[in-house]
Amino acid sequence: MTTATHTARHTRISPGHAVKDIAVITRRNLLRNIRLPQLLIFATVQPVMFLLLFNYVFGGAIGGAIPPIAQGEYINWLLPGLLIQVAAFGAGQTALGLTEDLSKGVIDRFRSLPMARSAVLAGRTLSDVIRNGFVIGLMVMIGFLMGFRYQTNFVSFLAGLAVAMVFSYSLSWIMATIGLAVKNPEAAQSAVFLPVFPLVFASSVFVPTDTMPAWLQGFAVNQPITVTVNALRGLMLGREALADFKPGMTANQLAEAVANAPTVEGQVLLSLGWAIAIMIVFVPLSIRVYRKTVS
Amino acid sequence: MNQAIVRVENVVKTFGQTVRALDDVSLEFEPGIVYGLLGPNGAGKTTLIRVLTTLLKADSGYAEVAGIDVRKDPVAARNHIGLAGQFAAVDDYLTGRENVEMVGRLYNLSADESKRRAADLLKRIHLDDAADRTVRTYSGGMRRRLDLAASLVGRPSVLFLDEPTTGIDPQSRLDLWDMIRDLIAAGTTVLLTTQYLDEADQLANRIAVIDRGKLIAQGTGDELKDRMGGSVIELHVADEDRTRALEAMSAISDDVTFEGTRKAIRLPAPEGSQTLLKVVRRLDETGVLAQDVALHKPTLDDVFLTLTGRGAAEAEAERESDKKPGRRRRPERSAV
Repeated sequence: MTTATHTARHTRISPGHAVKDIAVITRRNLLRNIRLPQLLIFATVQPVMFLLLFNYVFGGAIGGAIPPIAQGEYINWLLPGLLIQVAAFGAGQTALGLTEDLSKGVIDRFRSLPMARSAVLAGRTLSDVIRNGFVIGLMVMIGFLMGFRYQTNFVSFLAGLAVAMVFSYSLSWIMATIGLAVKNPEAAQSAVFLPVFPLVFASSVFVPTDTMPAWLQGFAVNQPITVTVNALRGLMLGREALADFKPGMTANQLAEAVANAPTVEGQVLLSLGWAIAIMIVFVPLSIRVYRKTVS
Repeated sequence: MNQAIVRVENVVKTFGQTVRALDDVSLEFEPGIVYGLLGPNGAGKTTLIRVLTTLLKADSGYAEVAGIDVRKDPVAARNHIGLAGQFAAVDDYLTGRENVEMVGRLYNLSADESKRRAADLLKRIHLDDAADRTVRTYSGGMRRRLDLAASLVGRPSVLFLDEPTTGIDPQSRLDLWDMIRDLIAAGTTVLLTTQYLDEADQLANRIAVIDRGKLIAQGTGDELKDRMGGSVIELHVADEDRTRALEAMSAISDDVTFEGTRKAIRLPAPEGSQTLLKVVRRLDETGVLAQDVALHKPTLDDVFLTLTGRGAAEAEAERESDKKPGRRRRPERSAV
């Protein structure tokens, strides 16, 4: 046994192995959702409840304040917004899953195995985005039953869902960082809502932003959730959904508002830009925190 | 050249300003043995395991496993180690089989090979009947066994067992001992930490006693016990009888001590129950009524008392207070 050959070399994990490791961890995380169906049921019940409550409680009051492209149906306006809310809340699971693995010593076991370092975080975020995709799919189906109809075309509608998934994936990395930083599952439970609540409510998820006070609008219009919700509405309902609509507008005024509205492409690019920016910051950050947390 | 499978040289690891979890630790041992690391909570056992299993980087010093520098090439080192930590790191919502297979896949075994390994290991730890149940239906002992199986999937050159039987019931403990003995018989090299002298004695070929991050003694279980003079007798008397009792006992042994915290009079019992009889007779003659007399085999506490002049529980309590600032260092103890 010679030490010289070893000390000089630094063994690396090949990309092929890393992909396999990520797949193994992703599968393991997803199995948990199947073995513990309560997880998925509660993850689904809450957003569906939101969908029903908001649509039937507020729908009548808000219905008149939304652009006519929604055909006077609040559900058409609400669903794209709620999908992003679900994506944001669902991303919080990433923090919870990681803190649980940390507290049970599972992460120690993974770290003692000759597996890719990145696989724990990549597998976690990947399994969470798949799970969120499932919840979003279910929401869309219930939305259709409640009368949701996209006003553009099917491809555009699917593109909207894709934007939601990309955005959800980027949020998972913020949540991974939060989870690793707080370490404790109970603390993570409340910590994940800190960034999510203001972002979700000071946004166009439930109501158009132009009804908000001016100081809030500046934030609300540009923040990632509004931009992403706008992208989804644009893709599912058309550019008219992004217009600065006021009830009682004439056809000409509406046409002018639409012409002044941000373009759908612009909002999609902005949303993707936010997702990329979030990942540029939080992927390296969460990996750093991961290395520190566990050693 | 180098026959040692684990080699640790002058490893130091501190946490914060005051806690020296590992204070210049050096040890080495050859393949095929079970090396027991014995010490109270907070002595540095787990820290040493974490350094050797690449979970923690030492501040200074050198550590190698199977000829690989764990700091320079952790990935290669991980191919040669198995770790069963203090908590069974198994997944509640997977079946026993899925748990073991997953670890196999992460050791880069093929899917088929992982399946074969898992089936074989589950049989060896007598979990083949429960293999396809989810782990959350398992008892504490079953979980530990499963954790042990998972740590063996990669056919490690060195298996690290961190307090493998802490917190499980006595029967499971005996079962686990049997399994560890089987491993040993199959030639696996094991580094095991424990708080129990009998566990180290039962399983380990060589024992190192660790206290405050320093190795304070090394040897076989028998060697350590010889140094403590075998069994001891401990007796308690009323405070007013103490002087008379101590006097009476010194007629039997030159090595009578009084331990203040537990108010126990202790003396070695080289002849076991014969010595006990002498003690009882002697007390009777002196007219001292003992509240309690006991003959016992050396425990970790006795090892500690002999080696450090204080009990293991005391060492643990000190360790706790060390975490506060302003700790005073004990004088250096010469290496044994």
